[in-house]
Amino acid sequence: MPRLGWLLGRLLQIVPTFLLIGIAVFVLARLLPGDAVSAMLGDRASDETINRLTAQLGLNRSLGAQLLAFLSAAVQGDFGASLSRHVPVLRLVAEALPVTLSLVAIATVLALAIALPLAFIAALNANRWPDIAIRAVFQVGLSSPVFYIGLILLTVFAGWLGWFPVGGYGETFGEHLYHLFLPGLTLSLSFAAVVMRNLRAAVLAVLTAEYVDFARAKGLARSVVLLRHVLRNALIATVTLVGLHVGALLGGAVITETVFAVPGVGRLMIDSIFARDYPVIQALTLVLAVLVSLAFLVTDFVQMWLDPRVGR
Amino acid sequence: MPRLSPALLLGAVLLGIVLLAAAVPDWLAPYDPLAFDFTALSAAPSAIHPFGTDQFGRDILSRTIHAARIDLQIALFCMVFPLLIGGLIGLLVGWYGGWIDAVFGRLVDLVVTFPFLVLVIFFVAVLGPGLVNVYIAVACVGWVPYAKLMRAEVLVQRQSDYVAAGRVLGYAMPRILLRHILPNACRPVLVYAVTDMALAILLGSSLGYLGLGAQPPTAEWGVLIADGKNFFTTAPWISLFPGVAIVLAGIGFSLTGDGLADFLAVKK
Repeated sequence: MPRLGWLLGRLLQIVPTFLLIGIAVFVLARLLPGDAVSAMLGDRASDETINRLTAQLGLNRSLGAQLLAFLSAAVQGDFGASLSRHVPVLRLVAEALPVTLSLVAIATVLALAIALPLAFIAALNANRWPDIAIRAVFQVGLSSPVFYIGLILLTVFAGWLGWFPVGGYGETFGEHLYHLFLPGLTLSLSFAAVVMRNLRAAVLAVLTAEYVDFARAKGLARSVVLLRHVLRNALIATVTLVGLHVGALLGGAVITETVFAVPGVGRLMIDSIFARDYPVIQALTLVLAVLVSLAFLVTDFVQMWLDPRVGR
Repeated sequence: MPRLSPALLLGAVLLGIVLLAAAVPDWLAPYDPLAFDFTALSAAPSAIHPFGTDQFGRDILSRTIHAARIDLQIALFCMVFPLLIGGLIGLLVGWYGGWIDAVFGRLVDLVVTFPFLVLVIFFVAVLGPGLVNVYIAVACVGWVPYAKLMRAEVLVQRQSDYVAAGRVLGYAMPRILLRHILPNACRPVLVYAVTDMALAILLGSSLGYLGLGAQPPTAEWGVLIADGKNFFTTAPWISLFPGVAIVLAGIGFSLTGDGLADFLAVKK
């Protein structure tokens, strides 16, 4: 079973990746100027207080020892305490993360729901007016900043029309979906543009492939050929795109959450920057990188499942 | 010789307008972008103020025009530094290969696990808000696509006869790399750079909006939109028109980049 070996190998790769992510975050936090102690105590602290806190945080130990302590704590989910909110960082992250993940999931579903049919319409009418119109609209979407789209949707659909709440997250699952719809739509548009562009190209490529000619020559109906042959192959390309785009969606979520006051990871991060809350920023960067590497892993697995050539 | 496509022409025209605004804002702008006018607070668009005024009576059209220079500067620097760093890394990695290439591969795998914007925000958080720190952050993070493009191109060029000829003639490595390979390998990288500037415009204005990039009272499109966001329901023009400027500049760069790629027959 060569594929089982490939699967296991790919799964094991995640361990050094996690380790490297941890080391990178630690090194970046130490290399760049600015230090946690003066951030916590302010400028007027006495030398004695500074020394005591430095020792308490373990910052007087060697860099190697600090790195080991940081990594072993991170593995146990211990990211220390927030400097501005005085609660464990882990609790803040655990509260905010599901919100952001829901937002990204909703945005992905919406992006695919928008892009899939339009990509087919565009590809089947290549270089005629429906194609040109669809591509022009998406070109505008791709060139519009997320916060600008968000402000317009927020004002029109929540402010003037009152169809959606102006911000927040709600209490129940249904309320979550209701609150996250507009932010999700905002986040989905630029991704939908990317999916549309790639899927249109993929469908065009598949349409001219020999096996599609063959299927048509066998007398299969156009719709059957489209569904069974063209869609399946075009989807493989899209799955990869979704996996590769998780990072960009998480980045976009930072801006979207700020615009819509959604209590997710992005808002927490921006709030923490202005509060100079380094432990929170450090933990969030680490967690988001780990999430993206997990998304890459899942993408590889799904791709193997869809495309029998992968992993052989 | 392929014909210039309409898309490329449209992109070039849009870019021309933005460049003109950046070059001679004082000739184009009807008012001083920082001048308060207490007789026209939050005035709707009219013949006197085509884009309206903000809550201090500042003319939005003038502020949008004056912001073009700073936004173009952001886009340029957010492209140039990653281009130089990534280009150099790609050149060396592609030439030497071996274990350097293996280390490069791991490094790229590592950097791409960090969401781009999150990593930039992490850097800016540690260094402090401001444009210079944004440039440092983007240079540290954004070199990856340039390095990958340049490496791939050098790998192809390295096999060619002119490189073998240069070696036989006993040319030193820097001469072969810079005088012979670089001019032949840089085309895809430069075409990507034009498209990348569309993304850089979005990044710069996003950071400005979040309060991490250009700082008020500097007229920057993202900052202008942030200025007007609390008045969006009552005076939408304050944020609306700077946003249109961003969209048009972004379309200009990406149409020009795509058009150049087709025109020069560069694979994307």
